[in-house]
Amino acid sequence: MTLDSFLQNFLNAMQLGSYLALIAVGYTMVYGVLLLINFAHGDIFMVGAYVGYFIGTFLLNRFDVQLPFDLPSWVVIPVTVILTMAITALVGVTLERVAYRPLRNRGAHRLYLVITALSAGLFLEYINLASLGARDRQFPELIKKQIYPLGGVSVTNIQIMVILVSFSVMGLLWFIVQRTRWGMAMRAISYDRLAVPLMGVSVDKVIVTTFVIGSSMAALAGVMYGTAYPILRFDMGLLVGWRAFIAAVVGGIGSIRGAMLGGYLMGFTQIFVTAFLPSTFRDLITFTVFLLILSVRPTGLFGVARRTKV
Amino acid sequence: MKRYNMLLVYSAFFLITVVPSWLGLYTQYIQFVLTLIGINIVLTISLNLINGYMGEFSVGHAAFMGVGAYVASLITVRLFADSNFFGAPLLSPGLAVIGFPLALVIGGIAAALFSLLVAIPSFRTRGDYLAIITLAVNFIFKSVIENINAIGGPRGFMGMGRVTSAMEDVIQLPWVMVWAFILVVVTITVVRNFVSSTLGKGIIAIREDEIASELMTVDTRRLKVITFMLGCGLAGAAGGLHGHALSFISPSGYFILQSTIMLVMVYLGGMGSISGSVISAIGFTILLELLRPLKLFRWVAIPLLLILLMLFRPTGIMGNRELADIFPRLRKYFTSAEEIIADGSATN
Repeated sequence: MTLDSFLQNFLNAMQLGSYLALIAVGYTMVYGVLLLINFAHGDIFMVGAYVGYFIGTFLLNRFDVQLPFDLPSWVVIPVTVILTMAITALVGVTLERVAYRPLRNRGAHRLYLVITALSAGLFLEYINLASLGARDRQFPELIKKQIYPLGGVSVTNIQIMVILVSFSVMGLLWFIVQRTRWGMAMRAISYDRLAVPLMGVSVDKVIVTTFVIGSSMAALAGVMYGTAYPILRFDMGLLVGWRAFIAAVVGGIGSIRGAMLGGYLMGFTQIFVTAFLPSTFRDLITFTVFLLILSVRPTGLFGVARRTKV
Repeated sequence: MKRYNMLLVYSAFFLITVVPSWLGLYTQYIQFVLTLIGINIVLTISLNLINGYMGEFSVGHAAFMGVGAYVASLITVRLFADSNFFGAPLLSPGLAVIGFPLALVIGGIAAALFSLLVAIPSFRTRGDYLAIITLAVNFIFKSVIENINAIGGPRGFMGMGRVTSAMEDVIQLPWVMVWAFILVVVTITVVRNFVSSTLGKGIIAIREDEIASELMTVDTRRLKVITFMLGCGLAGAAGGLHGHALSFISPSGYFILQSTIMLVMVYLGGMGSISGSVISAIGFTILLELLRPLKLFRWVAIPLLLILLMLFRPTGIMGNRELADIFPRLRKYFTSAEEIIADGSATN
């Protein structure tokens, strides 16, 4: 492998890793506060991409229903991103309110929550397939793609944007979790869930905040994914989201920096496997590598083993 | 009072399912649905053993079913059928009558061995790790099969129809259904005895409290591996039947959706209830067939059903009780010989 192709693959891996890390963070945050594997999170990412598709296409006047005027692209991009994040966060919170909270309030076994999450994901996936049809959708071109050749490596403006945006968003997230009162409440819940309500913190509010943050990050990942790879499929939540989930587990579920690292690790494995082998081997190799990591370190890279007191 | 036993129930079901199919009273479609019900009963009970009785959470059961389906189908097609994949059969097609059940057994054994790969790393820790690892295994299974072009890769594998028709040429019988029926009987007997054996009491103890059961000298790791292998082996045998009932298998058929269907059936019936599993497998398979006109919305209805079930009756139809617990009168008619002796010595 020459240096040029290595750098090219490195860049692609950083790009793919960025989406995966953004989604993985959502999985890990919900696990941190609820101890729930939110299997529907991958499909929240899919919802985000589709919402972004509808809003973006509408704002660019590509639908039958048209705005009376054309919007410049510097308006379209932020409006699309913010609206998409808001609507997707609403979907995430609705899911929490309708499906998870009643179970939680009744004190149901954690297993029932996981099953509900799994079925909620499938529900979102198939309601999309049944209502929008099996036709793949073309994500609108929000940003004109430009390619800058740097030596033998070609860099696109979208790649740079994706990597920069996800790094800054994760920095922001780190700030929220480590430096704000809400973040402190989240960390407190994952540390001791019985003591937190006694201290006057509303657990439900913190959980809703977690879902808002997680879902809006998945929506951001969805919009950026759509901009970079403009074909949307109903099962993209399965294809991309579940990889992010495995990434979160390998990073150590419940740990935010673990999720980020796991996301990039997954991105690198996926890209560098395809650099050497046919692309059909991608999942085989990736999941095998990740299973090996898990069998050596069952708690993941940054996970902490929970001790059970008898 | 005259006492009946399970043999009578089995005979009754045999009379209303297999015999009319053999006499040609049922259409091909009804025969297919009946076979599917049998397969689903085995799958549900086998997953219930892991998720219900043992209290673990396996979400990739379809992978083990798929291993069984592929192994059994490859064996029968290679040995007994003329196919596009392997050419002329190695043995006389008529021998399929003997070879078919053997292939099912080998499929089951292959699935059990495959499950060992999962069981050893995942039972080191408690919690959600089995869910994660079985999920990854389901992805790996699909990816491996898609990469083997010799058996059709992502396009799937077929030719099992010739095997079943070869068997029907020897003796006119609905063979797949007959073996599905036998497998159901074997599964119910094996699982029922397993759960009430010393080993099986151990897995229920693990579900209730793993640490306490370990302190009470239950060898938790060994027991978990044995139970997982038994569950996956039964799923593999059922997968072999599934392949022959459909006469077409593809890697995407044994993926997350199939795993979820099995989960729905287990939780609909009730965790840790064999009669619940049987009832829910029968009801759910019929429901799926009735919902066929809904086309794609069928797959919306199924997860919705599971969500509603979790919200309103998370214990499923039967909870962890058996029919005999709900209708104690049944116990009088269906007691095993040992229980009769025990009752007799207690009353005397």
